[in-house]
Amino acid sequence: MARDDAMTGPEREVWVRLDEVFDPELDEPITELGFVEEVAVEGAAVRVMFRLPTYWCSPNFAFLMAEGIRREVSALPWVQHVEVRLEDHLCAEEMNEAINRGESFATVFAARLGGGDLEEVRDTFAKKAHQRRQETVIRGLRAQGLSPGEIAEMTMADLDRVAFEDREEALQLERYRRILVERAMPRGPGDHAFPDPDGVALTTAGFPDRMRVLRGVRINMEFGTSLCRGLKQARYKEHVTVDGEPTLVDFMLDRVPPRQSAG
Amino acid sequence: MYVTPDGREIFVIDGHVHYWDGSPENQRNVHGKQFIDCFYAYHCNLSPEEERWEKAKFEKYSQDDLYRDLFIDGPDDMAIVQSTYLKDFYKEGFNTIERNATIAEKYPERFIVNGSFDPRDGELALEQIHYMKETFDIQGCKLYTAEWHGESKGWKLNDPWAYRCFELCDKLGIRNMHVHKGPTIIPLNKDAFDVHDVDYAATDFQNLNWIVEHCGLPRLDDFCWIAVQESNVYGGLAVAMPFVHARPQYFGTVMAELLGWLGPDKLLFGSDYAIWTPQWIVEKFWNYQIPEAIAEESGQQLTDEIKEKILGLNAARLYGIDIDAKKAQFAGAPVQIAAE
Repeated sequence: MARDDAMTGPEREVWVRLDEVFDPELDEPITELGFVEEVAVEGAAVRVMFRLPTYWCSPNFAFLMAEGIRREVSALPWVQHVEVRLEDHLCAEEMNEAINRGESFATVFAARLGGGDLEEVRDTFAKKAHQRRQETVIRGLRAQGLSPGEIAEMTMADLDRVAFEDREEALQLERYRRILVERAMPRGPGDHAFPDPDGVALTTAGFPDRMRVLRGVRINMEFGTSLCRGLKQARYKEHVTVDGEPTLVDFMLDRVPPRQSAG
Repeated sequence: MYVTPDGREIFVIDGHVHYWDGSPENQRNVHGKQFIDCFYAYHCNLSPEEERWEKAKFEKYSQDDLYRDLFIDGPDDMAIVQSTYLKDFYKEGFNTIERNATIAEKYPERFIVNGSFDPRDGELALEQIHYMKETFDIQGCKLYTAEWHGESKGWKLNDPWAYRCFELCDKLGIRNMHVHKGPTIIPLNKDAFDVHDVDYAATDFQNLNWIVEHCGLPRLDDFCWIAVQESNVYGGLAVAMPFVHARPQYFGTVMAELLGWLGPDKLLFGSDYAIWTPQWIVEKFWNYQIPEAIAEESGQQLTDEIKEKILGLNAARLYGIDIDAKKAQFAGAPVQIAAE
């Protein structure tokens, strides 16, 4: 069934796990992007069906998401069998077979796509996510009146004390901390709060250059996000309605008119 | 001709239009169906609601539709028609140079038809270039490096056979290379958005102009970096333009970035017709200002002078169009109302 806020029990547990699967290119959970179409639970067996914005979406991203779904759902202690189904995609059939046999992307697509290195793709997009989340946090701190010098001097302990009222900033702060863990960056209390993806600390002198690079990452990712969300809606003709007060999901799905913010 | 609210006449060259047949009758397989469906989703997603077409018209529109949408209802004075073959998906191809030439023959004063070639065809690609020059006297080509071809899942502008093709283009005076570097329609496992091959080709072929269509989005930063260093690299704004309506804040960010890096002389307007029609794009673009916060941070703004360059002057320079002569010609013979 599709997600329902009143849902309880095993379905709800599965949906909560699926919130942890991100589209690597857009850096948003697949649940919030509306890619997950159906979750079916039968005893210890779970079936998850997902669809992407176009038939042409890159198969490596599709595979990373499918793999993520299998990994997250399998982590539930009561789950014994997970079936993942991608529908309406150029590579759906091969991908479904491969992912459900537990084969790697490299094995299946080597012949067809010239041997892609999925680890490399994964790492590239993890770095971009690191950058995008970091930019939102830094811009939030600038909006609170902190100077580049003050931000450059911040440690992980200082970061712990940061609080944002803006929902997007608060969300990205949490995700930023999470990706530092996932990418195994040094994060002791005295470590720098804003390493670049290769671990180089932010400096006052380097602040403009860092922000220029981060802006570039944001522009590229936002292009994909706005295009993909719209395409998914256009493809499946979903009608988005604003019903009462906007929720977090409404903000993330762009159902709320944009604030006139500093871009 | 776009007439501004204060009565100025702006000469508009639409740098990117198509005359395609994506109808079910022409579709060879499911890929052909999915391809036009994807374009239709782009159309629905970024067009204002009142500008959306019925699916059947979008799949296959007539020459009259095209002429009317661009020149009668639309503000275009001239249009550059880009050829896209996709013969693996469509029985007669999607919009071959022969198909595009049929409309240019009817209205030669309005159209520039560009060709296309695939260096992986080897000697045949060279023959194709000769044929297109001799038959259609082309000045430019649309190149699609991400296209699948047999076992190959794409090519690079700096591949040896690509260089042989560019040498020939240079020799024959085919100077404008429109390279598709933007959202992929055909997936690759490698990074299909990579723009670095433009850098090599632009350095090695200084006589050719490299118009990077869709500005390398979503690799805008890489594209800007290359364009700053190569004086013969331009940005084609097709696909970026409709964001002026759908995501004005984001459009401002992108324009500020492009103006900051490339300046106002190297950006070309394109509607990507029939994905979008030029009337609303040009009108909204002319009335658009980069939002204050972005303008202040970047130091960039879209002035009337800059908009006029983007809408026509820059493309006129690349294609040797004498705007005053054209204006005089069109004043004497305004748009033809098709008799068919």
